[in-house]
Amino acid sequence: MIVRVIARILIPFIQLYALYVIAHGEIGPGGGFQGGVIFSASIILYVIAFGMEEARSRISQKMSDLLSSTGALVFAIIGLLCILAGGSYLEYDQLPLGTPKLASQLGIYGIEIGIGITVAAVLITIFFETAGRKDD
Amino acid sequence: MIDFMLLFFLVIFAIAAISMKDLLSAVMIFSAYSLIMALVWMRMNAVDVAFTEAAVGAGITTVLLIAALSRTKRREENSPQSEITNSKSIQRRLLLSLITVIVTGAMLVYSTIDMPDFGDPDAPANLHVAARYIEKSYEETGVVNFVTAVLASYRGYDTLGEVVVIFTAGVGVVLLLRRRKEQ
Repeated sequence: MIVRVIARILIPFIQLYALYVIAHGEIGPGGGFQGGVIFSASIILYVIAFGMEEARSRISQKMSDLLSSTGALVFAIIGLLCILAGGSYLEYDQLPLGTPKLASQLGIYGIEIGIGITVAAVLITIFFETAGRKDD
Repeated sequence: MIDFMLLFFLVIFAIAAISMKDLLSAVMIFSAYSLIMALVWMRMNAVDVAFTEAAVGAGITTVLLIAALSRTKRREENSPQSEITNSKSIQRRLLLSLITVIVTGAMLVYSTIDMPDFGDPDAPANLHVAARYIEKSYEETGVVNFVTAVLASYRGYDTLGEVVVIFTAGVGVVLLLRRRKEQ
């Protein structure tokens, strides 16, 4: 009971902090990897407090699978957009988004979000698959 | 002094982790090891690395290893090798490998005497591209934290590769461990 109440209070703050770490990677320490790990930690806390079934009803298997590949695709597609915009692969400042510096900032921001999605979803998937098997 | 204490604890934890027969305790010691390692990175002013070490090494890896342990046994089994080690020829071979390790280790420690000091601006590692990253990364990428600038922009291909590695690890776990419903 105590664990559930505390978890219910903590999880939103952990997730907010994870998003802050992803968004703040350009200015301070942090980035997609760390933020994604922290986000997956909040889901693992949810599993420990409320059980696997409850967590699976919030994040379905299909959704975590889909998100794992979505993040990597976001990264790769931003790279391809740079080619379409006339630069070479991952040359963010060629993107048509205002000044080259702004384009570069937004491109880096985009790939950090992609990294965060993939890391969080993959870690959640690995945790669900290793800890969540009831049979055998 | 603090550095010396941290490194001392690292060695203690490393030895404790490999000599531990209780695997759950070994995982816990690994977690403590990572936490100390994060402090060492902090002492070296590598905040981004320290952050990653604390989140990944001390945090999520421990959880995943405990989850993996719940699938197997908690205690390491005594291998039949421990009975063989009493024989003379095996003992001689172990002694030989101990000597080899000590000599190689002594040579490695000796070679560090010639290495430049930590943070030396004239060290070969700091003369190559580091100066450009520090001076130009904001102009060229628009990002203040140049660790992020290196990871996301200058070394963007490597980071893409890392993300694909993580994705592949997830795919591997799903393929190996997930049960299909119809089975």
